[in-house]
Amino acid sequence: MPRLKSFAELEELRKSILSIRDPNKPCITLCSGSACYACGSEAVAASIENEIEKQGLSAEVDFRKTGCHGFCERGPIIVIHPEEICYLQVEPEDVPEIVSQTLKQKKVIERLLYTDPRTNEKIVRESEIPFYKNQTRLVFGSNGNIDPKSIDDYLAIGGYSALAKALSQMTREQVLEEVKKANLRGRGGGGFPAGKKWEECRNAPGEIKYVIVNADEGDPGAYKDRSLLEGNPHAVLEGLTIGAYAIGSHEGYIYVRQEYPLAVENVTIAIKQAQEYGLLGKNILGSGFDFTVKVHRGAGAFVSGESSALMTALEGKVGEPRPKYIHTAVKGVWDRPSDLNNVETWANVPLIINKGADWFTQFGTEGSKGTKIFSLVGKINNTGLVEVPMGITLRDIIYKVGGGIAGGKKFKAVQTGGPSGGCISEEQLDLKVDFDELTRAGSMMGSGGMIVMDEDTCMVDFARYFLNFLSDESCGKCVPCREGIRQMLKVLTNITIGNGKEGDIELLEELSEVTKDASLCALGKSAPNPVLSTIRYFRDEYEAHIKEKRCPAYSCKALISYFIDPHRCQACMICFRKCPADAIDGGKNKIHIINQDKCTKCGTCFEVCPSRFGAVKKISGEPVPCPVPEKERTIVRKSKDK
Amino acid sequence: MDTGRIDQIIDKHQGEASSLIQVLLEIQSESHWLPKEALERVGEKLQVPLTRIQHIATFYKAFSLVPKGRHEIHICMGTACHVRGAPRVLDTVQNLIGIKPGETDSDSKFSLETVNCLGCCALGPVMEVDGKYHGKMVPATIAEVLKKYD
Amino acid sequence: MSEILLRIDGKEVKAREGMTILEAARSAGIFIPTLCYHEKLEPYGACRICIVEVEVRGWTRLVVSCVYPVEDNLVVRTRSEKVDRIRKTLLELMMAHAPDSSQLQELAQEYGADRDRFEKEASFCIHCGLCVRYCAEVKKLNAVGFVDRGTRKEISFIPQIASRECWNCKECFPLCPTSYLQAAFVLIESLAFPSPSSGPTSEK
Repeated sequence: MPRLKSFAELEELRKSILSIRDPNKPCITLCSGSACYACGSEAVAASIENEIEKQGLSAEVDFRKTGCHGFCERGPIIVIHPEEICYLQVEPEDVPEIVSQTLKQKKVIERLLYTDPRTNEKIVRESEIPFYKNQTRLVFGSNGNIDPKSIDDYLAIGGYSALAKALSQMTREQVLEEVKKANLRGRGGGGFPAGKKWEECRNAPGEIKYVIVNADEGDPGAYKDRSLLEGNPHAVLEGLTIGAYAIGSHEGYIYVRQEYPLAVENVTIAIKQAQEYGLLGKNILGSGFDFTVKVHRGAGAFVSGESSALMTALEGKVGEPRPKYIHTAVKGVWDRPSDLNNVETWANVPLIINKGADWFTQFGTEGSKGTKIFSLVGKINNTGLVEVPMGITLRDIIYKVGGGIAGGKKFKAVQTGGPSGGCISEEQLDLKVDFDELTRAGSMMGSGGMIVMDEDTCMVDFARYFLNFLSDESCGKCVPCREGIRQMLKVLTNITIGNGKEGDIELLEELSEVTKDASLCALGKSAPNPVLSTIRYFRDEYEAHIKEKRCPAYSCKALISYFIDPHRCQACMICFRKCPADAIDGGKNKIHIINQDKCTKCGTCFEVCPSRFGAVKKISGEPVPCPVPEKERTIVRKSKDK
Repeated sequence: MDTGRIDQIIDKHQGEASSLIQVLLEIQSESHWLPKEALERVGEKLQVPLTRIQHIATFYKAFSLVPKGRHEIHICMGTACHVRGAPRVLDTVQNLIGIKPGETDSDSKFSLETVNCLGCCALGPVMEVDGKYHGKMVPATIAEVLKKYD
Repeated sequence: MSEILLRIDGKEVKAREGMTILEAARSAGIFIPTLCYHEKLEPYGACRICIVEVEVRGWTRLVVSCVYPVEDNLVVRTRSEKVDRIRKTLLELMMAHAPDSSQLQELAQEYGADRDRFEKEASFCIHCGLCVRYCAEVKKLNAVGFVDRGTRKEISFIPQIASRECWNCKECFPLCPTSYLQAAFVLIESLAFPSPSSGPTSEK
């Protein structure tokens, strides 16, 4: 494949790719993102390949492994085109039927369709499933249509036309102006206007400038960057190249965390393919613009995702943040102007260039334009990746898109912004999600993790969890972060094990102030957020732990006990058998008793007790009732009437 | 790992000091740990001080300065898994094998690590063994899963 | 280099472009406490004790003076209720590690820090980094470095290099505010220095 040497050649290639593709030809697509892979999509893929051949359909049916579709709760997902028939939770055993019934006979298999939990209605088309219907999938939507390992697929959906437009019809200043006009704010956490950063980098003194993709995505619970990079690496590359053009950079880096091997693989393939086609490298499309990209892997450190730390890691040094007050856009990697943006930010750029800032700004709110991809996870029915316009309410995300709380439980809080963010309680559910609103509520947008919690989540333990995470991930250089987190974690741990004392909340607030004000980098500065926001909205839980040694969510192991209600126990012996600690004393027709000394509070008995009995109870803040005397333990069964 | 192989890896990265982390990642991936001799060789060839290599090798979770077991267990402690009960899963695994995160058991059979988010939140709590994901883990099912590995 | 005029604690100070607030203050005889700063080393910004309030373009910020570059018309306050409160807590946090450090005790008196506010920690290193940085930047020997991160971070000597170089040097020893460095050296010497038969030896 000779290198494309002009914009005309690119369009010719695109035309020739499209000419041999028939949009009406049946195509079966299988989501092959990492999450579906974990659900066994490889086995499904093998089954599909086998079955297509077996049934003699190799010439009539295309099979495409695509990137993440986003509905991770129901993976593996198959979508059959052109009808857009969507099958969920497909297993290899389902495949022969899918091929013979749906592909051959155009018959829909009801049991694999999405069922609306409220109306029991079966929905055939992917875009009509409420999970998808309520989203605005400008960026993420392409994932389902392309094989990330195929540049031709990307070209077929219009890929690289934005780059061609920028290089052939726009000056560097015009590209920059368009991005500024669109008010594209960073999608990685800071929400800083990308156009402003590009401009600062562009104007900084120095010939050599770098552009960087931050794919470190350290927030636990957030994986949208991974799915974007895995599922549509070319979109990110295209955006990066356009940015490099605007800024005047000829060298780019993609920093991917080590825990994302598939993303590394796909983006490496994409770079190679783009180079082969002349869309990267020297004299791109004959424009005279040179640009090369290198992939750099992380090695397992959350703090290295911080802008200055990442740049230090690119230099081969330990990825610790720098205490500098000069923007990295002016002095970054090797003290040269470096523009760093998040994966999702870059992926938005081709859209802005192709469709214009005016189109982009129709989505979103006054201060936050466009859409945002969230990883909606936790105690929610529809776990997955969702893309919604800025300004949508939290309530709509959780209930309309997310399908509400799993297991019929009650909503308690939603955490946004990862370890740097905070919790938002029920009273704030009608908040319009955008950068500034979330910050005002005591949280932040962050990279897009949205963890939903229900009545069983202990908010004190939740704050402790984040501080524990940060105590491990802090680089340890500065005193306020290292020592502030150390002491705050101690206090929180003590509270959760029943050793909290009066004054602990005030101590946490005082330490939070110092850590926030004096820390070297954003990790330290935002570390107190989970603590402060949980104190703000759930102070009563803290007080219950401290004053009454009670955990209102029945979660903190040291403060709860499991107890079998003697009036409800029917001696079915299920818990007796399943207890991993052999802590239950029981037998046939004998009321079971938990030996509190042996009990490890694993909760197995609570889970396995049949719901019609509901005999296992959780107790907190009060002593365990005395066990029933031996002679009263025998259950007398009612005899059956004949 | 022999010196020749280490030199090959270094040369692949044009012997640049800025590729230090990338070089170490490859060595770790191939030998499942970073032997002291390998670190000294890398320091020599890339002309970087041992203190920097030592800091990098201990700072980043991907590296291990001791040999790992035959099977690597990663328990996801990401927020979504945490909320779904990952701490109990970790406790059970710890009790079953007798080691804490970062350790390897005395038979060099299992190494245990916690990871912060594998990105399979829909399957939470997740336990990964040798790259294979086991989802929706509860304390009762763990022993069964681990029995399959020898 | 152009001249810059700023105000520190109400006093007009002349500085050169490229200077930090700390350097400018020192040149004017104004005292700002430091722990991790050393004239021969790159500013590190880790102890945060030199934190000051600055007013620039109408905004008040807290910045560390050892790193923040001087600007025209910058207004700096080296003491204020907020600054003092932060320094007090930082000292208390550090004294959980090294309650007997004379440097920390002196500062603690000035800021009313309570030496025993927090439970004592095992390690008395406060991570000022002076030893590591001095050995790297001045001696260029790299005999001691950091290991690990977060609350588990420690300093560690490289036995082969330390056994060869440290006895004739020890220039970092007086820099350590807590004497943890000396303790670490003695420990590594007894545990890990190569034995006389296996290579370069230290001369006592």
